Amino acid sequence: MDFNKLFDSFNTENKSEEEVDIYMSRKEAFKKLGSLTKKVALASLPVAAFTMMPKMAFAQSSDVIGVLKFALALERLEYQFYIKGVDSGVVSGRHMDVFMAIREHERIHVELLEATIQALGGNLDGVPSMFDYTAGGVFPSPFGNRQLFLALSQAFEDTGVRAYKGQAPNLMDNDDLLKVALQIHAVEARHASQVRRIRGRKGWITEEDYDGIDGFGATFMMASSAVYAGEKNTTHVGVEVTEVTTVPVMAVREAWDEPLSMEMVLDIVKPFIVS
Amino acid sequence: MSNFTDSKGRGYKPDQGLGSSRRSFLQYSGAALATSAILLSGCEQFEEFIPPKNPNTKNKVNLGSGDIGILNYAYALEQLEAAFYTKVALLGFYAGASAEEIRVLEDLRQHEVAHREFYEAALGKNAIGKLEFDFSMVDFRDRNSVLQTAKTFEDLGVAAYNGAGPLLENPDFLVVAGKIVSVEARHATAIYDLIAPNEAFVDFIDDGLERAFPPMQVLQAAAPFIVTEIDASNLPKA
Repeated sequence: MDFNKLFDSFNTENKSEEEVDIYMSRKEAFKKLGSLTKKVALASLPVAAFTMMPKMAFAQSSDVIGVLKFALALERLEYQFYIKGVDSGVVSGRHMDVFMAIREHERIHVELLEATIQALGGNLDGVPSMFDYTAGGVFPSPFGNRQLFLALSQAFEDTGVRAYKGQAPNLMDNDDLLKVALQIHAVEARHASQVRRIRGRKGWITEEDYDGIDGFGATFMMASSAVYAGEKNTTHVGVEVTEVTTVPVMAVREAWDEPLSMEMVLDIVKPFIVS
Repeated sequence: MSNFTDSKGRGYKPDQGLGSSRRSFLQYSGAALATSAILLSGCEQFEEFIPPKNPNTKNKVNLGSGDIGILNYAYALEQLEAAFYTKVALLGFYAGASAEEIRVLEDLRQHEVAHREFYEAALGKNAIGKLEFDFSMVDFRDRNSVLQTAKTFEDLGVAAYNGAGPLLENPDFLVVAGKIVSVEARHATAIYDLIAPNEAFVDFIDDGLERAFPPMQVLQAAAPFIVTEIDASNLPKA
């Protein structure tokens, strides 16, 4: 990485007149959206407020809507997973409060994203709504085998954290959307930590995760290795952290979560999507 | 313009860091100001980008402005967390701490120290100095006092990063802040889980969204623990 981008972004001299115009008008468009959404309190519920918002179109909205639809697909995947988990009896009594809370959070995320996409003039076409948690029979009885359910939950939550992180830069032009995305991102991280601890793991991603989640055979291990790809990284904005600290390498790896691209996330979740 | 990697693409030169980037920035920004100051994105006032002349007098630090200000703000909070967990460990943990509790608190110490040292290196010459803390209201021998303080710091850290994220201009800084905030959220949950097993976030996040606090609110909340005066007046505003 370099810091040139930061400084280039201020340096309009480096840009053609056209580029500056596009840059500024885009910024302006999002600022306007920002003030509008502030008025209807994007960051605050009830979600119902969105459905009453007039449809609006604005420049560059398609990128943002694409990101929100991607997030919605993941939230629907999680929400339906937890509906089934809570209803099926796979969740033990002492963990029921946790999974009911997670289910409720995912429900809110789904509704918030659906309403926001529509408020921004988008539609929900093409966003998956039917899922197969056996991934075509590869993982039999996810709602009959408690350990498998928990392992899948961990994989979905850790993937969700990485997915939101990867998309954050694509929401930078709208502070309100970015803030909500970050607020969801941290909740997914809380879920991940709790589920990991229920599984007897540390709340943070560690050495034992790098090759995938073990205990369910080679297929599961291989499929879940993508969930943790790149998590060993110790270089951030050009600083090789292990060179500036005496903290052990393992702890440095744990102390930073890594983003995943939309493509990599979709590869992970594709086997679970029916339509 | 400089970056953080040398010609081999590895290694960090502490005496470069953001310092030389800032010099380059100041060089051209003077010119930019002359022609079109208004186009400086995200900063209405050019003055906001000029580092204060004497930022770090004794017992007072100025976080600075723009992205550097936000990174210094994060650095200050990581210093606070690292200092707290270091003290917890140095005092031998509280009486009756379980192996699991020690394991969690020691991990948190290492993570927060790594975060602190990362910011110090990344900010280079723009880094604020070392802050002085006051943990006199914490009873380090008492489990509840230590864990509640940890919970407060982790929750505050998450809310701080969430509030600061939208104030950043550089996407790479946003990503690195994102890389850290999710680990803070993982910490918060682990601490909750020690305080009240399997009740994590039942007393919290009832609207499905984590909190997001603006810097002023966070610094006010942290103020009882921080001796050094922090001037955050040049930080970007929403």
